[in-house]
Amino acid sequence: MDILTVRDLTVGKKSSPVIEKLDFSVAQGETLAIIGPNGAGKTTLFKALLGLTPYSGSVTWAPNVKIGYVPQRMEIETDIPLTVEEFFKLHGSVATPEKIREILNYVQLDTPILKSGFGEISVGQRQRILVGWSIMDNPNVLLFDEPTADVDIFGQESIYKMISHLHETLGLTVILISHDLSIVYQYANNVLCLNHQKLCYGIPDEMLQAEHLQSLYGGERGLYKHDHGNEKAHNHTSS
Amino acid sequence: MTFDAPFFQILITAVFVAASAGLLGSFVILKRMALVGDALSHVALPGIALGLTFHINPFLGAFTTLFIAVVGIWLLKYETELPVDTLVGILFTSSLALGILFIPEQELLEALFGDISALGTIESISSVLLSIGIITALLAIHKKLALSMLSEELAHSVGIKNRALDFIYLFIFALSIALGIKFVGALLMGSLVIIPAAAAKNISRSLHGFMLASVSFGVISAIGGVLLSEFLAVAPGPLFILSSAILFIISLIVRKIRQ
Repeated sequence: MDILTVRDLTVGKKSSPVIEKLDFSVAQGETLAIIGPNGAGKTTLFKALLGLTPYSGSVTWAPNVKIGYVPQRMEIETDIPLTVEEFFKLHGSVATPEKIREILNYVQLDTPILKSGFGEISVGQRQRILVGWSIMDNPNVLLFDEPTADVDIFGQESIYKMISHLHETLGLTVILISHDLSIVYQYANNVLCLNHQKLCYGIPDEMLQAEHLQSLYGGERGLYKHDHGNEKAHNHTSS
Repeated sequence: MTFDAPFFQILITAVFVAASAGLLGSFVILKRMALVGDALSHVALPGIALGLTFHINPFLGAFTTLFIAVVGIWLLKYETELPVDTLVGILFTSSLALGILFIPEQELLEALFGDISALGTIESISSVLLSIGIITALLAIHKKLALSMLSEELAHSVGIKNRALDFIYLFIFALSIALGIKFVGALLMGSLVIIPAAAAKNISRSLHGFMLASVSFGVISAIGGVLLSEFLAVAPGPLFILSSAILFIISLIVRKIRQ
């Protein structure tokens, strides 16, 4: 059963859409990885899925779906007057002391961190807390926007292990944006290659072939190489 | 100096107005809109001018123009992609100029710098009640406000209506500024909101500590300002701002020592 169906999704100005005529669907319990270069529209796609940005086309979630969301990174001042515990409590009435302890356990952090400042802790710790925050209200879908941006390689691996653990134990559907192809191989059932349009979709083994990656990330003869004149020309001919 | 009934009336009004402004200030600082907030407070002036011209309460006049301005900001933010701060800078300093042109000279000084000693009993009582209303409203929405200021996406993901919340916040902002006009005047009201909160941020690690410290600093500055104005026989508004500026410097020193 599909938990999400996206049809003919277009976001942005007509002359230069950020996302153009995108179709895909996500089955319940699936882990879908969205890959693509910077500025390809990955975060914009998440915003459209969350209903945070206007779009044309349709985004249909299954009934009773509850979405947890982990943002890419938060612009946080190191001296922000907010403790980790208070950050959890911003979630509302679900954030009981027992629930917060249970969540800390899930994301493998110790209780003393609750008294730390939310801006003082390391980026990796903050990512774990954001992951924890997103599963507080028992969602059935998780949207992870580049969950390991700015985290070192060991931190990244353990965060993905944690996510895959959550995926298995809580039976969640996971949609994640990632730059890291090895992570995609390891954890995703399906891959969506996005660069303004859908360039490929399918299982990682088939999609992460050289020719797909070249067209996605550019290269000597890449369709979307870092040449904006070329890109515009392509848009004109296709519209 | 005399500690008579009018003195206490002034003191109590000042304490409540400063407490509500201090609490509001903690969110203005969290939202990083200190300068916008300060410029916005100048919009009160043409409102006061309108009030004086048409013989309606200057508070209502100030609130009307402030309210129009916040609706303008709100629409600008959500309906266009124009940078808000440039427009705020142009629009609001122009309204300051407009106010100065149209407010009669003898009333201009009071409009710019306030005069809480000119406050009648009914005005005092309504100011206190309004302050309590503002504090209650802010406390009721403080978690949602903080989350929305931290990340609109996160707030949205737990069902918070960012737009509506932003509107309520700006409405409270307009109300607080209009309320403080009598106390410190249109020119200094921004400081009444911002300085105590900026000082509080220097010494606070938690949100609740921050809110409490901001309110406390506002109240201490208000008491200091009113007492000093009795001693020195000058208007309390500027003294309030100077008291809070001293608190800010002390908070900076405390912060340095802690580091």
